[in-house]
Amino acid sequence: MRYLCCRVQSGCNEFWRKILKQFITGNHAVAEAACRCRPGIVAAYPITPQTPIYEKLSEMEASGKLGGIMMRMESEHSSMAACISASLTGVRTFTATSSQGLALMHEMLHFASGARTAIVMACVNRTLALPWAFWSDQTDSLSQRDTGWIQIYVEHNQEALDSVIQAFRIAEDVMLPCMVVLEANFISHFMEPVDVPSQEQVDGFLPKVNVPRRFDIDNPSFIGAVVNQAQYQDSRQLSQEAMYMALESAESVDQEFGSFFGRSYGLVEAQDLKDADLVLVTSATITSTARFAIRQLRKKGHKIGLVKIRLFRPFPTPHVRKLLDPVARIAVIDRNISLGREGIFCAELKAALSNSPVKKQIQGYLAGIGGTDVDDDLIQQIVLDALSRQEFVDRPIWMKEE
Amino acid sequence: MMQSFSDVHCDVMRSGHSACPGCGQAISMRLVLRAIGTRAIVVTVPSCVSVIAGPFPNAAANVPMYHAAFEVAAASAAGISNALKIQGREDIPVLAFAGDGGTFDIGLQSLSGAADRNEDIIYVCFDNEGYMNTGIQVSSATPTHAWTGTTPTGNTRRKKQIMEIMAAHRIPYAATASIGFPDDLMHKIQKARDIRGTRFIHLLSPCNTGWKIAENMAPKISTLAVETNIFPLYEIIDGLQYRITYHSKGLSVENYLSVQGRYNHLRPDQMDSIQTETDRIWQDLKEKAAKHTPTEF
Repeated sequence: MRYLCCRVQSGCNEFWRKILKQFITGNHAVAEAACRCRPGIVAAYPITPQTPIYEKLSEMEASGKLGGIMMRMESEHSSMAACISASLTGVRTFTATSSQGLALMHEMLHFASGARTAIVMACVNRTLALPWAFWSDQTDSLSQRDTGWIQIYVEHNQEALDSVIQAFRIAEDVMLPCMVVLEANFISHFMEPVDVPSQEQVDGFLPKVNVPRRFDIDNPSFIGAVVNQAQYQDSRQLSQEAMYMALESAESVDQEFGSFFGRSYGLVEAQDLKDADLVLVTSATITSTARFAIRQLRKKGHKIGLVKIRLFRPFPTPHVRKLLDPVARIAVIDRNISLGREGIFCAELKAALSNSPVKKQIQGYLAGIGGTDVDDDLIQQIVLDALSRQEFVDRPIWMKEE
Repeated sequence: MMQSFSDVHCDVMRSGHSACPGCGQAISMRLVLRAIGTRAIVVTVPSCVSVIAGPFPNAAANVPMYHAAFEVAAASAAGISNALKIQGREDIPVLAFAGDGGTFDIGLQSLSGAADRNEDIIYVCFDNEGYMNTGIQVSSATPTHAWTGTTPTGNTRRKKQIMEIMAAHRIPYAATASIGFPDDLMHKIQKARDIRGTRFIHLLSPCNTGWKIAENMAPKISTLAVETNIFPLYEIIDGLQYRITYHSKGLSVENYLSVQGRYNHLRPDQMDSIQTETDRIWQDLKEKAAKHTPTEF
């Protein structure tokens, strides 16, 4: 459903480039966005399927377009370490990784938020070993849920580009690091027409770096000194308050982005909720196919609504409740799993709706895990199952293409 | 002419730090910071350094410090150094302070990465020959036969030759230093400060508790380590030119080993084997140094 047919002739001149969209991959879109945000430091390490971001930014550095310094690190762990200390020095920093690389970074992810840095990272969702694989699966980024990073899950290439620009604004606003999450292959390597804003446009939206310089020679301090129990607790409470601020910030930045660029996404997006007997909840690329599947189902007379969760951390509980409080039947599709529990979006949604005044039945479905295809037939099957099901069960239901 | 630092009174390291009494590493930090001055940024990692620097909200060092994760002293310092470059503040030297565990073991990858990229940092390894901060466990910097909590009958491994590893990276400057020779130590820090690229200082820092020596013994032990050739003082330029900066008296290793409780269990044959190995390494070092014309220190 996502193979939109639009081609920009190669070799088109600057005039056409301005009015035509560029036909580029999600990775390319991320690199174009990151470059236009003028990062002072990009520290990265290659991993499939993130590498094209790293390569593209290297080309931009070589041509002088990037402006900042590209640190070609010896691991993702060191990449994040360098980003943290560079951010503490007061520089805008960017990195990108995936899967094992993100897992290796885990220790430093806690550091990045604990130190209140404003790092922006693109994470390309990929399966975690074992078994080894290279396909889309959200478990890598979702298992970093508790590291104190803001997480935005994107649906298509344009949203990937736009979210990177938004991420710098949000991160520097609340001083928490922000992860823009795009799926392997479906976004990272698929080409779509993307409106790539000019440098001037991005400069107009994103101010010059405004990250505090924490190493003051004239008034030295010790960042990361050992604290006592109560001081640690206070630190975590402050970070949690910053997360609440991030919820407001993400919303206002997105709205401002909308008035500036003519595109906005919301923290959650609702479609056809008014008369819906059942609401399907999705995230990322499955949403695009779900939009199509729901149109088909509506043609057949089924009243189905759709909610896409874009912001995962901070979890937009008020926004989700506003949309879903009146709804009684919900189905959730997850391309991820917390083993021993269920799909992670489903578990989060159940928790978010636990104080809802209307009793709910929520059924979790696992589909697309390991990068398997989730086509509109499969989504229609899921919806029809949820519509006709007598009993909603606590265990998630595995759905696979036949 | 070697500059004397005896008239330098301005200490960057303040009193009231939280090191053990007579700690060799606290003296090391004092000397390194005295030589570098207040216009510097220091990264430290879990080690005695980070403890000595003081619990929040205290800070023993009068320079901005950042306590990074265990294995990323070099990567973190490199991040700061590149960020300063972007800000046009390259005149501020960035130092990484790590222990032997954070350098020889868990931090070796990030150190190697930084050295490979020739990051503009001064990396100081405070080597107290074991995981002393966690209560004396063996590291790959622990010498053969030394007692630690995890080598109760003596270490069966050899001390990793970190200087050779750093030389193999062909970094512009690497040097050993000892608090027994404070002028030599501070001179090397200042020499390093005036070079760009990755500079590495291997600084022997006795741990009174871990080495089982008296509280007032750290400087003396540090002198004996050099005079017995257990820890020769030298520097390596561009990974190739070796230069011995102090010619020792060549005392027998027994002078050094017999005063430390961690070697109490040593048998005569073990003492002999340490002497043999020490002589071999010293001879090798002299041969390397002889290949190059001595230059003014």
